[in-house]
Amino acid sequence: MAQDATSYIQHHLTFAKSASGIHLDTFWVALILGLLFVGVFAYVANKATAGVPGRLQNFVELIVEMVDNQIKDAFHAKSKVIGPLSLTIFCWVFLMNSMDFLPVDLLPMAAQWIGYTFFGADPHHVYLRVVPTADVNQTFAMSLTVMLLIIGFSISAKGLFGWIKELFTAPFHADGLVMTIILMPVNFAFQLIELAAKPISLALRLFGNMYAGELIFILIALLPWWINWVLGAPWAIFHILVVTLQAFVFMMLTIVYLSLAVEDH
Amino acid sequence: MEFNSSLIGQMITFAILIWFTMKFVWPPLTKMMDERAKRIADGLAAADRAKQDLENAEKKSADKLREAKQQAAEIIAQAEKRAAQLVDEAKSHAKVEGERLIAGAQGEIEQQIQHAKETLRQQVASLAVAGAEKILQREVDAAKHAEMLSSIKAEL
Repeated sequence: MAQDATSYIQHHLTFAKSASGIHLDTFWVALILGLLFVGVFAYVANKATAGVPGRLQNFVELIVEMVDNQIKDAFHAKSKVIGPLSLTIFCWVFLMNSMDFLPVDLLPMAAQWIGYTFFGADPHHVYLRVVPTADVNQTFAMSLTVMLLIIGFSISAKGLFGWIKELFTAPFHADGLVMTIILMPVNFAFQLIELAAKPISLALRLFGNMYAGELIFILIALLPWWINWVLGAPWAIFHILVVTLQAFVFMMLTIVYLSLAVEDH
Repeated sequence: MEFNSSLIGQMITFAILIWFTMKFVWPPLTKMMDERAKRIADGLAAADRAKQDLENAEKKSADKLREAKQQAAEIIAQAEKRAAQLVDEAKSHAKVEGERLIAGAQGEIEQQIQHAKETLRQQVASLAVAGAEKILQREVDAAKHAEMLSSIKAEL
């Protein structure tokens, strides 16, 4: 091995950054996968028949049905946003997580080769991280959007005044005026913590899982090539579960949070 | 920029993952999808069949209705025909009866006429005899001139 282990790992964990520090690899991979999802689903939706569905339509219907069932189980208010939102979260996160399945060196090496051959870049400074969900920026971007939606859903369900009132009067209710005023800061603190904890837990759970998974793939790649598969294959197979589960959990928790947001405490 | 053996190892891993997916992940997924497609197809077929059945039933009921109407019309026509027949029969019966009555009456009238004629004849004969008696001033022997009298009678 030409590089030592540390620099290999470091190279793998470095983002391709623009001059302003934007993670270009996360951005582009996420965008391409998002377009892939939207493109496939839009194509199927346009060609959908009411009769017996073809393979692809059947598959898409299966996913939509699954998401729809989860929403019906957990979310009881009426909303036009929650269905497309949940579907997008599930499919997008699943696709981004799935980048983990590709051989850990494949796309970075391809990027290095392209950078070196066509742009004359120093391959040691061509970086590419292919799993967008192993980037906190990506996971927080999604979870903070969900948090804004939580606030939006709360306001649309209870009104601006109702929401603000709830910030100060829940979860601890008091009967007297004095007690109510005393409990106000306590309630407010609780509500803020609750509101902040949701996006943080969402983002960190997904990021932690995917980052750890990627890191272990990198570590496995450091083994001699002939023994690589002994650990690599089980880990990859296990990752089928992790990838699907994390996508599902992210979607499910979003639904639950939004359903809590529209319900009265 | 270098390719190293690690990439080969990772490709083996990737190949195993693909094999695993082909072997254990894809089949149940496709099976589920096939079952789903079959369920949808069955449901649609059942709906079609039900529609067809409904159509058939509607057609059948329409046929029955038409048949019943036709039968009713036939029955009415027959009844009308029968009624006309009965009226005709009654008419002809009455005509015959009337004719018979007329014929009877005419016979009676004839008889009466005959009877009246007969009576008249006899009265005329006796008048004639009485007249002749008066004319001859002598008694006519009724027995002796019976032949002549009856010939006169016949001539009347």
